Amino acid sequence: MWQFFHKLGSPKWFFGISTRFAPWFLTGGMLLLVTGAVWGLAFAPTDYLQGDSYRIIFIHVPTAMLAQSVYIMMASAGVVTLVWRMKLADVFVKAVAPVGLVITFLALFTGAVWGKPTWGTWWIWDARLTSMLILLFLYGGVIALDRAINDEKSAARAVAVLTLVGVVNIPIIKYSVEWWNTLHQPATFKLTEKPSMPAEMWVPLLLSVLGLYLIFGWLACVRMQTEILCREQRSRWVKEFVTTGRV
Amino acid sequence: MAFDSFSAFMAMEGHGPYVWSCYAMFFVLMMVMMVWSVRSRKAAIESCRRGYEFQAGKLHGDSIESSSEKSKVAYSAPSAAFERVDVSQD
Amino acid sequence: MHPIRKKRLTIVLFLLAGLSIAVALTTYALRQNINLFYDPSQISAGEAPVDVRIRAGGMVEQGSVVRDTESLKVEFRVTDFSHSVPVEYVGILPDLFAEGQGIVAMGRLNNQGRFVADQVLAKHDENYMPPEVADALEKASKSNGSATAGGAKPATY
Repeated sequence: MWQFFHKLGSPKWFFGISTRFAPWFLTGGMLLLVTGAVWGLAFAPTDYLQGDSYRIIFIHVPTAMLAQSVYIMMASAGVVTLVWRMKLADVFVKAVAPVGLVITFLALFTGAVWGKPTWGTWWIWDARLTSMLILLFLYGGVIALDRAINDEKSAARAVAVLTLVGVVNIPIIKYSVEWWNTLHQPATFKLTEKPSMPAEMWVPLLLSVLGLYLIFGWLACVRMQTEILCREQRSRWVKEFVTTGRV
Repeated sequence: MAFDSFSAFMAMEGHGPYVWSCYAMFFVLMMVMMVWSVRSRKAAIESCRRGYEFQAGKLHGDSIESSSEKSKVAYSAPSAAFERVDVSQD
Repeated sequence: MHPIRKKRLTIVLFLLAGLSIAVALTTYALRQNINLFYDPSQISAGEAPVDVRIRAGGMVEQGSVVRDTESLKVEFRVTDFSHSVPVEYVGILPDLFAEGQGIVAMGRLNNQGRFVADQVLAKHDENYMPPEVADALEKASKSNGSATAGGAKPATY
């Protein structure tokens, strides 16, 4: 098991395998996401209470779920950076932090636009919305901290500590709707229960969630490759890849 | 289809502006991010290549000059700069 | 695992544990401020301050909505199915406002225990369904004589 783990830390190995898988992530992700969005927009039935404004759910829930998952992945990579000093973990954090920022912004934006017609307000300082805003700032903080420190190794460690400190926010986001009174409704998808909506609503939602996760996988591959190319410029295999196109 | 006509689909019972602005923002930002990521990967490969070519010009200044006409023009600037240093070292 | 890595991992885990405890205690101490609104039971028990801008939340009681014929004034009772509080509001209500629907109102509690709201927000739950299903559920619950109206369960308001 450790052998595989250390292999995972090899930038060359990752570069090769990600080149092979990335196109599948992209095609699968686009297919699922577009299917989910079109199904949700045009074919899913309207909601008895909210009418058609609820169709925002088909992008709000995927972005909100991914925003939290990306942070959890970043924090796990932070542990790997701190304990094993694995370069690839740090490459991952740097590559996906901007993606996390954009996705969190999208979750907040779609939530605000959905809130206006249903709740009657764009924004309210309830626990769920506030903790989600903190997540946005955490992503911004990770990016800023990384840019502020010139030395690669100390930047990696500082960023890893920040992601770990910020990860306490994730359970707060998740359980805010259960622990406190909030305007935001409880989760639509729970791991333990069946979804609180009929299949013609949750199937397109599930498709767009899976699609967005796959697209994130593709984005992570492409962006990590960029970071690896910049860092490993001097290694022989990068030179070989750049000149011959093969890994 | 949950809608009777295309105009009903666009209007979404009056919620159209909300729904469509969300989807527009989502797809525009996602596309921008995807295109930007692919471009910066290409730029990284390009900058690596330029680095190698620069190095090659520096290390084998003589051999490049004796090689094809095209590469001579392309790398004349770095090799020329190197030659000056080379002369001073002599 | 290498002993140095083991040591680093322990440090990281301790850091996380300590941080979680600190945050847990802080949020526990601040829970009253983190709660967005007071529910009717808290207001009836006198936990909510009088004449201070607060939020009150709950379900709009069935059959309690009285609309003024000449102005935008509305009076209704907000309930959590054990206590209820009278609310008055002048203004435009959100589309989702209806009897049996969850709301959060911003305003002041006056001396008579009435809540004078200046903003009313609608709260919905995580149950989404097509209108036909909602109708069918409502019919079923009516024929059963059950108190839950609108199809949705009353637990989340």
